[in-house]
Amino acid sequence: MSDRNPRLIIWLTASIALVLTVLPLPSWLAIARPNFLVISVLYWSIMIPRGGGLLLGFAGGVALDVLQGTLLGEHALALAFVTYLAIRLHLLVRAKPLFEQSLFVFAALMVYEFLLWVIDGWSGHPLSIPTRWVHTLTGGLIWPVVVGLLGRFHSTR
Amino acid sequence: MAVFGTEVDRPLYGRGPSPGLRFTGYAVLAVVLMYYDRHGHWEQRLRYALQAATYPVQVVVNSPSAGWRALKENFQSREQLRAENERLRAHERELELELMREAALEQENAELRQLHASLLPPLIKRSLLAEVISVETDPLRQRIVVNKGARDGVSLNQAVVDGNGVVGQVARLGPWSAEVILVTDPEHAIPVEITRNSLRSIAVGSGSSGELLLPYLAINSDVKSGDLLVSSGLGGVFPAGLPVARISGVRRESNQLLAQVRAQPLANIERDREVILLEFEPKHPDAPAPNPPIAPTPTTPAKPPPKIPDNDE
Repeated sequence: MSDRNPRLIIWLTASIALVLTVLPLPSWLAIARPNFLVISVLYWSIMIPRGGGLLLGFAGGVALDVLQGTLLGEHALALAFVTYLAIRLHLLVRAKPLFEQSLFVFAALMVYEFLLWVIDGWSGHPLSIPTRWVHTLTGGLIWPVVVGLLGRFHSTR
Repeated sequence: MAVFGTEVDRPLYGRGPSPGLRFTGYAVLAVVLMYYDRHGHWEQRLRYALQAATYPVQVVVNSPSAGWRALKENFQSREQLRAENERLRAHERELELELMREAALEQENAELRQLHASLLPPLIKRSLLAEVISVETDPLRQRIVVNKGARDGVSLNQAVVDGNGVVGQVARLGPWSAEVILVTDPEHAIPVEITRNSLRSIAVGSGSSGELLLPYLAINSDVKSGDLLVSSGLGGVFPAGLPVARISGVRRESNQLLAQVRAQPLANIERDREVILLEFEPKHPDAPAPNPPIAPTPTTPAKPPPKIPDNDE
């Protein structure tokens, strides 16, 4: 396993996840698309909390803000918050079986989307649709796959 | 096998500020950013720089579809190309005929206006072809990003059209890219006029690509399915007479004051690969009236980002 430079791997995989997150898709597919960036940031925060740290969440959020043209700092705040949660709880989550980890990811994604929803409302975009929550479910479901994939890039510590 | 001594192995609570404190720092930073994004002015320049920094990501994001298109074009058979050529040639002939007719009409119009001595300058001063590099069509945001930016002479609130009608207007500007808010974005409104009877109204985006709403028409207003909507020239962004949409449905309910009118945009917004950015001759009577532009966000830049001087023509 390439364990030389986990930082490089972390930022690289997060960048790929970012690309996947903003990749244009047909709208029916885009609704169900998990937010790969958030999930990968959660993964690294749980597995190597010191690797990317909060900066990874914040920077990823800013990139998402700029790419999607949302209020600058909106995704940054939400993503930094769930990153913080994951870092604080990483020992707890890491010890749980995959199924419970999926539940945690689902909850974290709900928190993330809730924060975005609150900020949207506060900044005068109160338009809300139920489909915006769909990705939290698919995100939780895809977690075991993410663990299997990203787990190849580092040894457990 | 863990490698000891690298930074990642440091204990989480050993050195430096605690995660809680650091999170507070980032949260404050994010809130400050949000505040200035809504109220400040320097944010415009920051976003301009960030837009430039993320441009590579946008190009990467676009590469699968661009590659697929290139592949498809490469393997197109001769017959297909010939057929397409034939079709385009026929289309061009039609357009030429139309153009001739239009030139005659314009002449006649000028005579009627007694401006014969000085025929008007053409309405469109400069048009710029741009390629769509990313499309976002979810119900909350309908935007596209195009591969031309301030460096190419694009300016904020510039009108964007395709071959069939109005697509939207430039909402955000980067050096090499620009974000276009589509007419179907729920935050976008375009002043329109029904060609049949010159009835004016406002068409707002519905959030679903392929539909506009006209929420401000009284129940007894003269509007019916199939009416053509063109831009009315008010609002300061679009000139008069650009085709926008066709009315697709009118519903009148006796207990309501306003009719529910839906329209279908003429531009092929979901399928466009290329759009045209227009710049208008301000002296032309059909040019957008110099009202404050309807920006999608309440922030108007104090100082527009640097752009190349448009002294060509």
